[in-house]
Amino acid sequence: MCDQTFMAATFGPCDSCSKPSPLMNIYIKNEATNYCSLCVEMMACQGLQKGETLESLKRESETLKKKLEEERNKLNDVELHQVAEKVEVLSALSIKTRRVLKGHGNKVLCMDWCKDKRRMVSSSQDGKVIVWDAFTLNKEHGVPLPCTWVLACAYAPSGCAIACGGLDNKCSVIPLSLDKNENLAAKKKSVAMHTNYVSGCSFTNSDMQLLTSSGDGTCALWDVESGQLLQSFHGHTADVLSLDLAPSETGNTFVSGGCDMKANVWDMRSGQNIQSFESHESDINCVKYYPSGDAFASASDDATCRFYDLRADREVAVYQKDSIIFGASTCDFSLSGRLLFAGYNDYTINVWDVLKGTRATILFGHENRVSRVRVSPDGTALGSASWDSTLRVWA
Amino acid sequence: MSGSANVVAMKKVVQQLRLEAGINRVKLASTISQPQVSQAAADLQQFCLQNAQQDPLLTGMSSSNNPFRPQKVCSFL
Repeated sequence: MCDQTFMAATFGPCDSCSKPSPLMNIYIKNEATNYCSLCVEMMACQGLQKGETLESLKRESETLKKKLEEERNKLNDVELHQVAEKVEVLSALSIKTRRVLKGHGNKVLCMDWCKDKRRMVSSSQDGKVIVWDAFTLNKEHGVPLPCTWVLACAYAPSGCAIACGGLDNKCSVIPLSLDKNENLAAKKKSVAMHTNYVSGCSFTNSDMQLLTSSGDGTCALWDVESGQLLQSFHGHTADVLSLDLAPSETGNTFVSGGCDMKANVWDMRSGQNIQSFESHESDINCVKYYPSGDAFASASDDATCRFYDLRADREVAVYQKDSIIFGASTCDFSLSGRLLFAGYNDYTINVWDVLKGTRATILFGHENRVSRVRVSPDGTALGSASWDSTLRVWA
Repeated sequence: MSGSANVVAMKKVVQQLRLEAGINRVKLASTISQPQVSQAAADLQQFCLQNAQQDPLLTGMSSSNNPFRPQKVCSFL
């Protein structure tokens, strides 16, 4: 199970006893306060002595959840696919494999596109991170890492660096150089330190900050230059498997999904959990924002992908079929948001019509689980990584 | 030994429940001002349709435009 000892984020005077000590960032009546751990313990103890038992708190929590459901159901007048009935049915899609990138020795676990729309970075179970030119199939850089199972990799917005992490509990940033002879592994810099594996990483709008999610149940925001922890995000009760940043330039939120079946939306500046969605029936493997930033999709081991609207604060669509029984491990939207590409453990990529809730087509080709799908920045192609040790570009 | 561990665990649960109750109270308050699902869905649909023409995977691209599609044979001028 996950290790949640990763708690103290700041050091300073406690808000209640004024003694300088490691502080815990907690919320009392929706206000953020910093208490030292002693005061937190005393407060939790005091709460019990005033007649509140564990059972009464649980009951309060349950009644609040029920009231919330009732209120939400009053507002739920219509489903997304009903609203979209008048929309034209999609014409047949002609998406086929255009490139197969071979070179990894073992399962490819993650991939990401560069903003220049042609380069990709991929990471594998064999501990290697490779930067490819997808047009020419050229391998531009190859970095061997000391640990196996590099679960996450990401390209910096400038295209000058990559980040990768995994079972080593760290996320490192590697600057890319044009000099082919340079030893990139030597320039690797550890930025993020977690107490369990790193499952996902992403640069924010600049090269200077890195957001990571981890098996220790937390997400964290790091300063790349100093390696300092800028903000930590607590709230998941199990491993966090995926995260995605909101697309807007000024956006300061991100969504994360994990093994506790919850998808949480966070404010990056305050560290607060703004919204939480719990309707999946198994681990959420991947979360991805809709291009407009008002909604997000999630892919889960329960063989469904679900679509949540942030303003309506509820699930608005479920993408499932009786014939699909294998878990979905990844998902991504096309540029307009009309198509949802989801990679499954039955080696296929299902393409869903987001508005109508139907499956548009299936992409066959991989010979093992699809671990990651990503649409290129200009929307011209779909990149996919698989446990069959290859990557494919579909267009 | 196990007694003190139970107390610690219980305190953690109490803290977690308090946090959850706090989040739920905020959500309950905000349901009053929430847009209807039909409005939110209509907005999503509008975004899709507005951007549909700029979506290459949706509309399909000819071989000459798409950098990934196999090109016809180049001839030297």
